[in-house]
Amino acid sequence: MALLEIDDLHLFMRSFEGEAHVLNGVDLAIDRGEIWGVVGETGCGKSLTGLSVSRLVATPPARYARGAVRFDGTDLLRLDEAAMRRLRGRRIGMIFQDPTTNLNPVFRIGEQMVDVALHADGADASVLGLPSGASRRARKAAARDLAIRMLDRVGIPDAAGRIDDYPHQFSGGMRQRVLIAMALIGRPDLLVADEPTTALDVSVQAQILRLIHDLVRQDGLGVMLITHNLGVVAQICSHVAVMYAGSIVERGPVRAVLKNPTHPYTRALIAAIPSAATARGTLKGLAGSVPNLIHAPQGCRFANRCDRALPACREGRPATVEPSPGHRVACNNPAGEAA
Amino acid sequence: MLRYTLRRIVLLIPVLVGLSLLVFTISHLLPGDPVKLAAGPQATQADIDSLARELGMDKPLPVQYWNYATGLVRGDWGQSVLTRRPVWDDLKVFLPATLELVFAALAFAVIVGIPAGLLSGVYANRWPDYLSRVVSLGAISMPRFFLGLILQLVFAMALGWLPLGGRFPIIDEPPPALTGFLTIDALAAGQFGAFWVALQHLAMPAIAMSLSPLATITRMMRASTIEVLQQDYVLTERALGLSQKLIVFKYVLKNAMTSSLTVIGLYVGWLLGGTVLVETVFDWPGIGLYATKAIVSQDFMPVMGVTLAIGTIFILSNLVVDLLYGLLNPKVRYE
Repeated sequence: MALLEIDDLHLFMRSFEGEAHVLNGVDLAIDRGEIWGVVGETGCGKSLTGLSVSRLVATPPARYARGAVRFDGTDLLRLDEAAMRRLRGRRIGMIFQDPTTNLNPVFRIGEQMVDVALHADGADASVLGLPSGASRRARKAAARDLAIRMLDRVGIPDAAGRIDDYPHQFSGGMRQRVLIAMALIGRPDLLVADEPTTALDVSVQAQILRLIHDLVRQDGLGVMLITHNLGVVAQICSHVAVMYAGSIVERGPVRAVLKNPTHPYTRALIAAIPSAATARGTLKGLAGSVPNLIHAPQGCRFANRCDRALPACREGRPATVEPSPGHRVACNNPAGEAA
Repeated sequence: MLRYTLRRIVLLIPVLVGLSLLVFTISHLLPGDPVKLAAGPQATQADIDSLARELGMDKPLPVQYWNYATGLVRGDWGQSVLTRRPVWDDLKVFLPATLELVFAALAFAVIVGIPAGLLSGVYANRWPDYLSRVVSLGAISMPRFFLGLILQLVFAMALGWLPLGGRFPIIDEPPPALTGFLTIDALAAGQFGAFWVALQHLAMPAIAMSLSPLATITRMMRASTIEVLQQDYVLTERALGLSQKLIVFKYVLKNAMTSSLTVIGLYVGWLLGGTVLVETVFDWPGIGLYATKAIVSQDFMPVMGVTLAIGTIFILSNLVVDLLYGLLNPKVRYE
């Protein structure tokens, strides 16, 4: 049993024009020590998949129609709110995209970290490691010490001196470090990072990615790294899942997928990455557009843009092929070395 | 921050000079002769001239203004031509009464309006929100004096819980004057019975005055709460497991309060200038009644005194609001 198992997850989202079928049978399993990159274009459902892991998608307007999100064997979609909250911040940590807006601007960073640490300790007293009768003051002091240690671990210089600073006194990269420290302060087993470097300068991106990579390797965390950047995936992920219009079309060990991309969409995605050697005017895109998910097509949702589509692709869900162990592709007419 | 405060207080001087000049000019542009009015219908021209000389009102206007302005600095705010009482002595009696009323009204509006708006925003478009919206719309639509009359009918006449009007029973000895606020003076003197009596007198007029700021604060607070709840940091706080209670009453509240604070500062001036109807209904011996009487009889000195006093308090209360911004938002720094 994997740490996190997302099993045939279907999510509908109510909108003015109707109900959109935004997650169409997402299947994904993440184990401890694995760093999964979830890639896809904007609107493909990767962020909603990440939010579903912490059950942070508001229902309504959203509605889970089918499937399960199992964490350590428990289906989170059936958990009551109090139990779900005990997992958040303690066993499941989250980092979001824009560090300038994800820290509360009117509170000192230490204050916010201490509250998260106290919450995590309330869910599991081993976080602060105090005896059960410890006073509130002792718990606060211990939480503050832990917050300083975490800030130090994520590379904030002079952590003890900066814990009482406000978010605006930090640079973007430093703020993302603070948010990483906050997400990891409860010693989670799973980290969901939703585009953690997209809003940062390129030079800072690499530092933050390396930091996340090193921290999760040290603690053996399972990671879901949501990104639209295949370059990021290639650098730090052990596995990758490619999403298109609400389903995972190809997933597997990062080397297998990037070396032998088998789904036509994955191939198009890789072909679209410009490199320094790309000649002027030859930038590749992908013709067509994502189907309307309110009246989603019956068969493969990529069929209308796919140059290898067969008549069968428009009728039912595509078959799954496994070009190599663990590398699974949902395609009736796979490319690459699968055939 | 101390330097900033001092600079703001120094900046008060040109504002007050301008204000006094404006009030002085306008009151002397008005048609009618206050000296003639004060001298009475039977006065001869000689009587009027001698009264004008006595009051210094025979001099050219710039000289009159100069005398007035230098008098202000010495604590001589002129005297009423009607009662011959120094304006400063009258202000010392009437201004605290009105200030007590205004601050009590604002305190009530803040204590009720901030939580009501917060909950309204958290439960947007559910029943607590509908309730608070209906109540605040009703409150903002109802004239203050009318509400005052209804309160009197219910709580004084029908139920007999509260006194009909006045500030303190005439037959009782008021607490020793310290701040001029009877409730605070009573507490300071340890006279809890007197405090209770003063509070009972204060309750209805303060509530009648508080409705408009209460409704505005509730609505501002609702709007900013809804906005803050959509911020990324609230999602982060949720994602890391903080309880709804902690998120709303600690993290959202502080962010959402800024806009309400602005309104509170502005309402100080608005309420100070608009107390007359409530003071009339509740027979409250405040500055509104005093100023109205003076305006009707073209008694310039009290009018100018009241205007300057209200202006000063308005500016000072907005300074306090500006300083409070710094407490709410660390990005606001005063150099």
